[in-house]
Amino acid sequence: MSSVVMSGQTISEKIFSRAARKPVLAEEFVLADIDCAMTHDITGPLAVKGFYEIMEGRKEKRVWDPNKIVILFDHQVPADSLDAASNHIMLRKFAEEQSILNYDVNEGVCHQVMPEKGHVLPGGLIIGSDSHTCTYGALGAFSTGVGSTDMASAFATGKLWFKVPQSIKFEISGKLPDRVYAKDVILRIIGDVGADGATYAACEYCGQTVKDMNISERMTMCNMAIEMGGKVGIVEPDEKTETYLKERIPGFKFDPRWRSDEDANYIQRHEYDVSDLEPQVACPHNVDNVKGVSEVEGTKIDQIFIGSCTNGRFEDLEVVAKILGGNKIAEGVRVIIIPASRDEYMKVLKAGFIEQFVEAGALVEAPCCGPCMGGSFGLLGDGEVGLATSNRNFRGRQGSAKAFVYLCSPATAAASAIKGEITDPRAV
Amino acid sequence: MGKGNVWKFGDDIDTDAIIPGRYLTINDPKELAKHVFEGARPEFAQNVAKGGIIVAGRNFGCGSSREHAPLALKGAGIHCVIAKSFARIFFRNAINIGLPVLECKEADRISEGDVLKVDFKKGIIENETKNERYQVASMPTFILKIIESGGLIGYTKARL
Repeated sequence: MSSVVMSGQTISEKIFSRAARKPVLAEEFVLADIDCAMTHDITGPLAVKGFYEIMEGRKEKRVWDPNKIVILFDHQVPADSLDAASNHIMLRKFAEEQSILNYDVNEGVCHQVMPEKGHVLPGGLIIGSDSHTCTYGALGAFSTGVGSTDMASAFATGKLWFKVPQSIKFEISGKLPDRVYAKDVILRIIGDVGADGATYAACEYCGQTVKDMNISERMTMCNMAIEMGGKVGIVEPDEKTETYLKERIPGFKFDPRWRSDEDANYIQRHEYDVSDLEPQVACPHNVDNVKGVSEVEGTKIDQIFIGSCTNGRFEDLEVVAKILGGNKIAEGVRVIIIPASRDEYMKVLKAGFIEQFVEAGALVEAPCCGPCMGGSFGLLGDGEVGLATSNRNFRGRQGSAKAFVYLCSPATAAASAIKGEITDPRAV
Repeated sequence: MGKGNVWKFGDDIDTDAIIPGRYLTINDPKELAKHVFEGARPEFAQNVAKGGIIVAGRNFGCGSSREHAPLALKGAGIHCVIAKSFARIFFRNAINIGLPVLECKEADRISEGDVLKVDFKKGIIENETKNERYQVASMPTFILKIIESGGLIGYTKARL
């Protein structure tokens, strides 16, 4: 295809054009260069196994570029079983042998650490063997989740095949009401679009409300694109992106190329005015089963989890601290709070929030995925009801298949912690 | 070509239902298979016979990118998965590990226990129980090559 006859491109099409070294549009199949590949302690072992299967019989068993791979431990940290410990040992050894950067058990959740440590640049093509890799679109990268075998193949070749995705535009306007946040916006969108409504599409968020959001809020929006089937959630980089990156990458230069053309093609356009949005809650057992908080108020809760790559940042915990105030957590409710990374933990610590949370009766844990994926600690038992600021509420996701999980914003979680039941944060 | 009995599932079958998070430290397909659909359909792992076929509705395999999900199904002896549509990471993962996945708009016509004969090359599903035939959505040539190579490992190895 000649670039002369091409129509405008979306930001995603522009990123794939760079990575495939030719101008491309949606629906084309490409073999693209990977800028960064991330794997963690759950999906990493199978990726390493696959890599050595590909390399079998070769004298040199080296990854394509150790400087473009990052290995993190976050799902089962510190090691919670002998199997987890063995997986960590195996990945540490691999990282050392291949000279790959390895963030060990102390650093935090991959999707927080990757942007925070400067591994994400606007216009980059990033893969991660975790479905929530779509989070980094918050900085204007095209980043997407893949499986372990795709990761193994990328380790060996530095390339991966893609169908360039079509894009869906979500144009959001209006000032968010008091105690209504990005999490409520994305839950409303998923409720409307459905669990497969954006299958294989790039979900592009734009409009004044998104422009007004800080990077933390944009990460919340992008993180959950996968919950409607999206390949990525993406926001055009702007001066906020530039500020965030300049603080983390010395000499970072903003490139104005990474934005969608006005005549770019979208398969769908959705417009939202959020000025009257009420806090939203995703009800058991699907993320798209979304209701206004008024419909589920009063639901008794056994455990509240505040954290994760969706809502475990300083900005989230600041909201929790504000709403919690000097209140104690309601009797009979367990509250687990986990800052998403060591950096976020330090900020929360210095602000005095940890003391406040512990005083209130919460458990504050070291940075990790925690109860989100029901694999490590904080599991729900038969018949229990959980409320979480994370991203999935599938049956059995946080432990027992007979438990019930509701998803909400940190504000709704904090208000519910005081009352012991699902509570409208505007009412406390 | 393959033949097997149908295990019927609904819409939005997620990867947490296929293999819960607490088993993800296991990397062996046979061991994973012991826990496949443990919470969602507890009788499945015990009763699934080699060559079984899963037939589901929309958005099969949504959620986590865990390759443990298609691996657990493969380890349990599942021959192929037929669904009205698939979540994309699962779809890629299944192809990459050599578990055939077929998109069939008529999946609703197939019932639990039906005996199906599947011709992967021609993209035709024969329902021997109901005496019906269904067409499968076609795949790009290079994806068929990945499947012919037994998955992405073999495909990449041959091209490195």
